[in-house]
Amino acid sequence: MISRSLTYRYWFARIFHGFCFVVAWAGVVILGILLFHVTCEGIQWFDLQFLSNFPSRFPEKAGIHSALFGTLWLMGFTALFSVPIGIGSGLYLEEFMHKNRFSRFIDLNISNLAGVPSIVYGMLGLVIFVRWFGLEQSVLAGSMTMSLLILPVIIISTREALRSVPNTIRQAAFALGTTRWQTTYAHVLPAALPGILTGIILALSRAIGETAPLVMIGALTYVAFTPEGPMDDFTALPIQIFNWASRPQQEFHELAAAGILVLLLALLMMNSIAVYIRHKSEKRNP
Amino acid sequence: MFQRKWAKHWREESVKAGLFLCATVSVLTTFAIVWILIREAGVFFQDVAVSDFLFGTQWTPLFDPRSFGVLPLVCGTFLIVAGTALIALPAGLATSIYLSEYASSQTRSILKPVLEVLAGIPTVVYGYFALTFVTPLLRAVFPEVQIFNAASASIVVGIMVLPMVASLCDDTLRAVPASLRQGAYAVGATPVEVTLGVVIPSSLSGIMAAFVLALSRAIGETMAVTLAAGATPKMTMDPFVGIQTMTAYIVQVSLGDTPAGGIAYQTIFAVSALLFVITLTMNIFSSHLLRKFREVYE
Amino acid sequence: MNIIAHKKALPEKKLMDSKTMGKELSEKNNTEDIVLQVKDVTISYSGTPAVNNVSLKIPERRITAIIGPSGCGKSTLLRSFNRMNDFVPEATVEGQVLYRDIDLYASNVDPVEVRRKIGMVFQKPNPFPKSIFQNVAWGPLINGLRKDINERVEKSLRAAALWDEVKDRLKDSAMALSGGQQQRLCIARALAMEPEIILMDEPCSALDPVSTTRIEDLMYELKQQYTIVIVTHNMQQASRVSKFTAFFEAGNLVEFGETENIFTHPTNKRTEEYVTGRFG
Repeated sequence: MISRSLTYRYWFARIFHGFCFVVAWAGVVILGILLFHVTCEGIQWFDLQFLSNFPSRFPEKAGIHSALFGTLWLMGFTALFSVPIGIGSGLYLEEFMHKNRFSRFIDLNISNLAGVPSIVYGMLGLVIFVRWFGLEQSVLAGSMTMSLLILPVIIISTREALRSVPNTIRQAAFALGTTRWQTTYAHVLPAALPGILTGIILALSRAIGETAPLVMIGALTYVAFTPEGPMDDFTALPIQIFNWASRPQQEFHELAAAGILVLLLALLMMNSIAVYIRHKSEKRNP
Repeated sequence: MFQRKWAKHWREESVKAGLFLCATVSVLTTFAIVWILIREAGVFFQDVAVSDFLFGTQWTPLFDPRSFGVLPLVCGTFLIVAGTALIALPAGLATSIYLSEYASSQTRSILKPVLEVLAGIPTVVYGYFALTFVTPLLRAVFPEVQIFNAASASIVVGIMVLPMVASLCDDTLRAVPASLRQGAYAVGATPVEVTLGVVIPSSLSGIMAAFVLALSRAIGETMAVTLAAGATPKMTMDPFVGIQTMTAYIVQVSLGDTPAGGIAYQTIFAVSALLFVITLTMNIFSSHLLRKFREVYE
Repeated sequence: MNIIAHKKALPEKKLMDSKTMGKELSEKNNTEDIVLQVKDVTISYSGTPAVNNVSLKIPERRITAIIGPSGCGKSTLLRSFNRMNDFVPEATVEGQVLYRDIDLYASNVDPVEVRRKIGMVFQKPNPFPKSIFQNVAWGPLINGLRKDINERVEKSLRAAALWDEVKDRLKDSAMALSGGQQQRLCIARALAMEPEIILMDEPCSALDPVSTTRIEDLMYELKQQYTIVIVTHNMQQASRVSKFTAFFEAGNLVEFGETENIFTHPTNKRTEEYVTGRFG
């Protein structure tokens, strides 16, 4: 009797293990299918002409030049705004603020902001940056909106990096008669820097693919020029992809795939930098 | 002796003030979101009764006869989320069980980065994938599937959200102490019995927190549903027809040429407000569940 | 030290409380200059007292040891001398902590300045993850003492008996040193600030016996110039290096006096039980 029920139990265990195995590796398979599909569809359009042409009604003439440069401008300004504010906030909240009810409120606030849908940030950008500040559909408006979107991500990862620095370092520095900023700047920040940089790259990776906020502030989809200043109109990679994918013609779908390849390559580059930073820092502090 | 050195003091205080200003940006952001939503939605609700909005079943704000019942959009969103839940929650949990209970560290080192990549793929790419791969696939199997349908959007959002569920549940399962597992093994249970009978029940609130957070993300998802699910709001439970979600509606109006300031335009703020309230409630609920879980184990 | 034999020779004394002890030691230490003093100090964590109504005088340029079983408040008291308790938000300090005549907890006292004069060496060596030179030089540089920094670093490393071992590799990372070397580096780092008092919180408990001996020898040399207060749970160490010893139990100062007396003929029964190893 006992041995039979044990057999059933072991069979159930094996089936369950198999189920979990299949499901877990299904993720890998799906990723493979996705990449394969995108590459197949898009590779035929992926050439130098594609990178240097502007969008056009004619698929053969269409290119991603304006979107590519628009994204570069957008990312540059987004980093300019979000990195100092994000690191500064993280430093203040983790090193300078006393832990009280107000600080817990701010913690809750930030984790809520991290979960707000990106389209709500788009609405925020529309009302504040486009209308109130009068920035219209400029790179500045887009990058400020994006900065607000990724700010919680940068703050959270900065704080985690700061928290991972052992407290004994701070105590040693304080015992020498130094102020909190002197200690933080000279010892805590350098030690936390790899984690902070990784967090920034992750945040920017998120920003580069975000479409909804840009749509809401009115970034144009048919832009035949590259921005020359922060007040210029712009378009971005994800918007161009969205625009092409929304059209019924097959060629435009393929163009969208080519655009996706460019976007994925950019993401690959950014993530490789992040992995490199993490690897180098682990080598220095095993 | 030991008197404050004023130059040093003021330098320190000014740095501290600068950092404090940075920290206020995030607080101001929240207040700005709330204030703007209240103000702009308030303009809308001067003309449309809240009950008409929340409980009406006809959504035709852009053309006559105008009707402002938001339920079709909510229904569309709900349909997507239901499909996502069906895929991402069990699969994500199973993946996390595999990662934490069965996988070798070598397997983990392959699987975890793959999941991170899946999570990092932009949503517009998923929308494209839904439109150009999943929908044709579905139509090959079920010919009645329309070009724009909720099912392929759900599938794709499910894939998008799965890594989040897997990663959060993985953290939760690993937080359960080894002593608990060992106690179960010691009475002669098989690994699956330990997992299903002991580990999962004891990490239930953490797992629920992960589920709620993932679904909140699915509700706020925009580009994939815009591309794949369509722009026709309906009250339906049929996953094979086109619908419109709250987020897709906002995109539609933004891309169109509805004049700003009119009642039709103000609908985007009313819908945004509803979206914000729903996701905020879910996020707070998720945090609450996570705190309950942590109280037990930390 | 045969305590029992001595016990037979001397009359038994009653148990003394801290107040009486305070009066006693103020009479005893008339010949010593007092540099640090606590008067009726109580330090509590979230309302629970860790140091209970303690009065103590630390003489100048001597080594004073604070001994007692673990968790009896020794480190807490030590940290109140250089206001390191400020970093524990639940800690409250009542009473007076005086450096000569100055109340260290007065509102116009800057704790940063206090810590320049009163340095600290911690239980586990905690050098900065920087070079040996930078470890010693950072404190003075950041406090504006930029002149002759190289000489200052050399002087501090010599005083910490580390110079000969590191003089050719000042640019190497401090993390590459052994435990004992790292602790001497931490001492050099503290010395570079030219403090008047050095507080040591169980500085040798994480080290091997050879390093411990080296640091004890170092302490002996340092006391010619610096006042040293050392918390230790190693009684032999206290009896070896210190001139005065304070015995703590459960947050109370049980007895304070010259080390020789504490260990050979203590006046308090609990002290006697502790130093003979009957508990703790």
